[in-house]
Amino acid sequence: MSQSKSAAKPRLSTQTAWSVLSQGAVLALVMGIVYVLFSNTQENLALRGIESGFDFLGKEAGLPIGDSLIDYDPTRGYGYAFLVGILNTLFVSVLAIIFSTILGVFVGIARVSQNWLLAKVAAIYVETLRNLPLLLTLFFIYSVVLAALPHPRAALELVEGVYLSKRGFYLPRPLAEDGFVIFFIAALVAFALGLAFWRWAVIHKLRTGTSVPGFWGGIGIFVVLTGLAYVLTGRPVGSELPVYAGFNFKGGIAMKPEFASLLIGLVLYTAAYIGENVRSGIQSVQAGQIEAANALGVSSGVVTRMVLLPQALRVTIPATTNDYASLVKNSSLAVAIGYPDMVSIGGTIIGQNGQAVEIIAMWMAVYLTINLIISMGMNFVNARVQLAER
Amino acid sequence: MTDEARIFQPTPARPAPSGKIGAVAWLRENLFGGWKDTVVTVVLLALLILTVPKLIDWLFLRATYVGNAELCRQNGGACWPFIIDKFNVLMIGVYPQELGWRPAVCAIALLVLAGLTYTNRIRGIVLIAAWAILPVFALIMIGGAFGMQEVDQSLWGGLMLSIMLALVGVIVSIPVGVLLALGRYYGSPVVKSLCVAFIELLRGVPLITILFMASVMMPLFLPPDLVINNLLRIQIAMIMFSSAYMAEVVRGGLQAIPTGQTEASLALGVTRMHTIAFVVVPQALRHVLPPLVGRCIALFKDTSLVIIVGLLDFLGMIKNAALDTTWLGFQAEAYVFAAFVYWAICYSLSLYGRELERRGPAGQKR
Repeated sequence: MSQSKSAAKPRLSTQTAWSVLSQGAVLALVMGIVYVLFSNTQENLALRGIESGFDFLGKEAGLPIGDSLIDYDPTRGYGYAFLVGILNTLFVSVLAIIFSTILGVFVGIARVSQNWLLAKVAAIYVETLRNLPLLLTLFFIYSVVLAALPHPRAALELVEGVYLSKRGFYLPRPLAEDGFVIFFIAALVAFALGLAFWRWAVIHKLRTGTSVPGFWGGIGIFVVLTGLAYVLTGRPVGSELPVYAGFNFKGGIAMKPEFASLLIGLVLYTAAYIGENVRSGIQSVQAGQIEAANALGVSSGVVTRMVLLPQALRVTIPATTNDYASLVKNSSLAVAIGYPDMVSIGGTIIGQNGQAVEIIAMWMAVYLTINLIISMGMNFVNARVQLAER
Repeated sequence: MTDEARIFQPTPARPAPSGKIGAVAWLRENLFGGWKDTVVTVVLLALLILTVPKLIDWLFLRATYVGNAELCRQNGGACWPFIIDKFNVLMIGVYPQELGWRPAVCAIALLVLAGLTYTNRIRGIVLIAAWAILPVFALIMIGGAFGMQEVDQSLWGGLMLSIMLALVGVIVSIPVGVLLALGRYYGSPVVKSLCVAFIELLRGVPLITILFMASVMMPLFLPPDLVINNLLRIQIAMIMFSSAYMAEVVRGGLQAIPTGQTEASLALGVTRMHTIAFVVVPQALRHVLPPLVGRCIALFKDTSLVIIVGLLDFLGMIKNAALDTTWLGFQAEAYVFAAFVYWAICYSLSLYGRELERRGPAGQKR
C-alpha cells in the first residue's frame, strides 16, 4: 500500500550535488536564525534580570489555587503548582471527552432521525454551537446562565443531595464503609461471571445454532449477584450529603462555577462537532445495505450493531480523534474564566518571575504529549474498526 | 368491434389512499411514526412550549427599545437601548469617534466585495487581487496615511479589530500555507522535515500558548532596540497558527491531483517550478476551497482569544460593556448580541462554503 503510494507521487526533487548544497544552505540559514534568536534572548534576559533554567520549579510558589485534585498549599514549589495545573487540565478534558461523546452520539443520531421535530432541534443545536466562538459560549454560561441560578440559601434541589446554586453545584459524596473491600471484590467476580456467560452464549450459538440471550443474561447475572453481595456485606456504600451551613454548603462534592462552566461549555461545543461526525458516518453507509439486511429479515437491533455501526465508525473515528485533540487544546480557555488549568497557572508563574521561555516550553511539551497519546489510542481503536483488507 | 375499442385506453390512476397524503399523513409519517417517535415528539414539544414563548417574551415582547436603564429594569425584558448606546464602542472600540467614517468606508468596501464574490461577479485574478488589496486599503484607512490623521494601533478595537485580525490572517496565511504544504509534499528531506516540524508543532498546541508566546516571548527573541507593537506580534502569531492548518488543508488538495497531470506537464518540457505553480497548485486550491472556507470560519472564531493577551476585540468590548456601571445587570443582552453577530458572520461564511461545494471544482464540467 505504502509502496504504491510513494511510487505514485511524482518525484520533482532529485538528489544531485546541487540539491545537497541547497539543503545545506537552508539548514545553515535556519540554524543561523535560531542562533541569532537564542543570543538575542540571552541578552534580553540579562538586560531584564530574568533568570533562565528550570531551577525555579523547586522554589516556593506562593500562589493560591482554588481547585486542586491533590493536596496543595502555597508553600509548595512552582513545579508542584504546575503539576496541579496539568492534573486539572487532564481531569476536565477526560470528563468532557466522556460526556461530549455521549451527547454527540445522541445528536448525530437525532440529526438523521425520521422524527422531523427531533432532527430540526438537533440541526439548530449543531448550527448554533458550531458557529459561535467557544470563548463566547463559556462567558455566556459562566456569567449569564450560572449567575442566574439562586443563592446557595435557596439552591435548586434536583434530587435529594444534588443542589444547583450560583456558587457551584453540589453532589453527594459516596463513602466506603466497613466491608466495602469484600463487596468490591464480589462485584468484580459477578462482572467476570456475567462476561463469561455472555461469551459462552456466543460460542454456544456458533456451535449449536440455538440462541441464548447472552447479553441480557450476563447483565442479569451481574446485577443480581452484585445486589446480593451488597445486602450480605451489610450495605457498605454510604453517602455524605452536602448540607447548607453558614453561608455555603459543607460536605459532599462541590463543583465550582468555573469548573462547571468550562465542563459544560466544552461538552456542548465538542458534542456539536462529534454529532456531525456521527451523522456523516451514518449517512456514508449506503441505504442498500440497510434495506438488504431488512429484506433478509434481520432484526433492527442486529442491523444497527452488525451492519450500520461497523461501517459508520470507519468514517466517524478519524474525525472524532481530531475533535478530542481540539477539546484538550480548547480546555486552555479555562484561563479566561479563572479555572486553574495548566495555562492559567503557567500564566500566573510568568507574571511572577518572567520565565516565559521555560513555561511555554513546558506547556508545549505537555500538550504535544497529550495529543500524541490521544492519537495513539485512537489509532489503536481505528485499527480495530477499519476494513480488514485481504 | 369498432376501431375505437382497439385503442388502449388507460384508466386514470387512482388517487393515493387518503391516509398517505395531506397534513395528517405528514404528521403520522414524520412526528408520530410509532410509540417511541410519539414519546420523543411530545417531550420535545413540551420543552419547546415551556421555553420558546418565554424567550420570545424576553427578547421582543417585554423588551425595551427606547429608553434608559431605569425603564429597562421596570419592563423586565431585554434592554436594547443598552446595545444601541454601546453600538459604536462595540464596533470600533476606543477608536476616535469623529474618525468613525474611516472604518465605516472599509466595512462598506468589505461588504461590496463579499457580495461580488458570493454572486460570482468577479473571478480569477481580479478576485484574488481585490481581496489582497482590501486589507492594505483598510490598514491605510484605519491607521491613517497620506495626510490623514494617524491613529495609534493601541486604539483599534471592537468588531473592526476582530475582522481585521481574521482578514489579514486568512489572506496572508493562505500563501504561507501553500508554501508549507509544497515544502512538505515536494521538498527535499531537510525542507520537508522543517515544514513538518513547524506544522505539527503549531497544530499540536493551543492557540493561547502561541498568543502568550507572541506577547511575552517574542520581545525576548528580538534585538533589544527592535520593538514590534503588541497588535502586530499577535497578528503574526495568528498568521503562523492559521498557516499550519491551511498547509494541511492544501496538502489534501495536492494529494488529490492525479499523477498524470504532472507527468504530462513534465513530458511537455515544462520546468518543475512552472508545473507546480501553474498545473498543480491552481487545481489543488480549487479542490480545497470548501475546507479553506471552514478554516476562515475557525480563524474568525479564534480571534476572540486575543482578549486573553490584552487586545480589546469585539468580545472584549462586549465584556467591558457588560461591566459598565450605568447599564449594570444587562450582561445577557450583551452576550446575546455578540452571539447574534458572530453567528451571522460565521453562518453566512459556512453557507458560502456549501455553495462552493455545490458548484464543485471549476474546470471539471465541460
